[in-house]
Amino acid sequence: MRRGALTLVRVLALPALLVGLWALATADSHSYYISTPKQVVSAFADTWIGPRLVDDVLPSLGRLAVGYLVAALLGIALGVVIGRHARVRATLEPVLEFFRATPPPVLVPLLILLSGVGNTMKVLVIVSGCVWPVLLNTVEGVRGIDQELIDTCRSYRIDGVARLRHLTLRAASPQIVTGLRQALSIGIILMVISEMFASSSGLGFTIVQFQRTFAIPEMWSGIVLLGLLGFGLAMAFRAWEHHVLSWYFGVRGERAGA
Amino acid sequence: MSAAAPAAASSSAARPARRRRRGLPRAVYGVAGLVGFLVVVQLVPTLGIVSERYLPPTTKILDALGQEVASSAFWTAVADTMQAWAIGLAIAFSAGLVLGVIIGSVPFLRAATSSTIEFLRPIPSVALIPLAVLVFGTGLQSTLLLVVYASFWQVLVQVLHGVLDVDPVASETAHSFRFGRWARVRHVVWPTALPYVMTGLRLAAAVALILAVTAELVIGAPGLGHEIALAQQGGATADLYALVVATGLIGVAINVVVRAVERRALHWHPSVRAEAVT
Repeated sequence: MRRGALTLVRVLALPALLVGLWALATADSHSYYISTPKQVVSAFADTWIGPRLVDDVLPSLGRLAVGYLVAALLGIALGVVIGRHARVRATLEPVLEFFRATPPPVLVPLLILLSGVGNTMKVLVIVSGCVWPVLLNTVEGVRGIDQELIDTCRSYRIDGVARLRHLTLRAASPQIVTGLRQALSIGIILMVISEMFASSSGLGFTIVQFQRTFAIPEMWSGIVLLGLLGFGLAMAFRAWEHHVLSWYFGVRGERAGA
Repeated sequence: MSAAAPAAASSSAARPARRRRRGLPRAVYGVAGLVGFLVVVQLVPTLGIVSERYLPPTTKILDALGQEVASSAFWTAVADTMQAWAIGLAIAFSAGLVLGVIIGSVPFLRAATSSTIEFLRPIPSVALIPLAVLVFGTGLQSTLLLVVYASFWQVLVQVLHGVLDVDPVASETAHSFRFGRWARVRHVVWPTALPYVMTGLRLAAAVALILAVTAELVIGAPGLGHEIALAQQGGATADLYALVVATGLIGVAINVVVRAVERRALHWHPSVRAEAVT
């Protein structure tokens, strides 16, 4: 009981202190750019709870979800193929290195050119940015599968779907999950940018619109919302990761303990 | 592949042989892949699968790239982008390193800051774009705000992991030899944390470029991203592709340089030594 309370204090002390400082600093200044915590909280409730949630926030999240899932499937599927065949890997490596090193946001103008301004473009932007970390990590994971496991599978004549499921994907999954985690933060960035660059709705557009019309507390509330989304998605991902990779953490924990 | 040796002996004995056989062709495959990619990009618009207005053939892109490279405006833009990248990365790296070592070595600070770090880290830095525009306008400072925010967390988190990874035996040994605080950081913490620091640097260098270009693209700060936005608005398709290729090449160059720095700084470390042996 006491330990729980202590943990709670430890978790909340610094955030409370920071918000307190923020409130103090803005209490009697009339800075135009920095709103008080109270203003931001009330702007948050007024702005985001209501029609905006349905018109701007949910479509943005929907595009993120679709783009992210497509990128994940594409990246894993291609990654398994490329990772298993040494020659394919050697052939594609320089091209893939180039695409990985290209900052994904520069693809936004290209994709506007290729697919116009619309939902397709925004989803494609997310796919085109998210696919590389998944793909390259899957390749690494598949390439690094223990030779003994591969040989065991061969001697038991495990092949086809069973091999894919029990050997390839399972053994590569820690790396695949790493790729998926990197892709998630890139996906959020691209979701926002694609809407800031060319759009008339969505989360990114709305926040820039607030800034252009000098709706300062609303703009801050948008920043807070994006922060909460980033944080929430990261937490959800971590929970999922622990669920999917529990066997892996278990193995590592045992080795570390021994 | 089909003539696989018996499983037990294969893993250690067969591998060097296999590698030798692949030694030269590997590079050949890579070049072939690159050339193949360029040929596909050449053929797709030439055969009319995608209109040339949307995807110019390789020759036109390379032509445009050649013209860009010959113009001084291009190099000014590259210099602007690289300046924002370098300054932002330097600030983020030193701040992340110093704070990481301090927070990591004091248990109280670690406990008190962990919730705040966990909350601030996943905030997408593009959320700060409106704030940057409002406070700093469209200059270098806006770009720097985004670059520093995004890459700072990469460094900090890695340094924190690194400092925590110190071997307790080494730590206690240093204690019994009465190492001072500074000597402990220098001889015990630093060598343990260095691989993590280098990982942080590598991640931060890539993220810094992404955010530098993004700021230029969205906010309009001078640099390659801004040039790309202008080319897109002006309908100069070949230039647009050429600039994107140039940005990608800068990204590749940054990766190569940072990897080299990493290998040099960690030449004593088992992970790099193992690489050198094979």
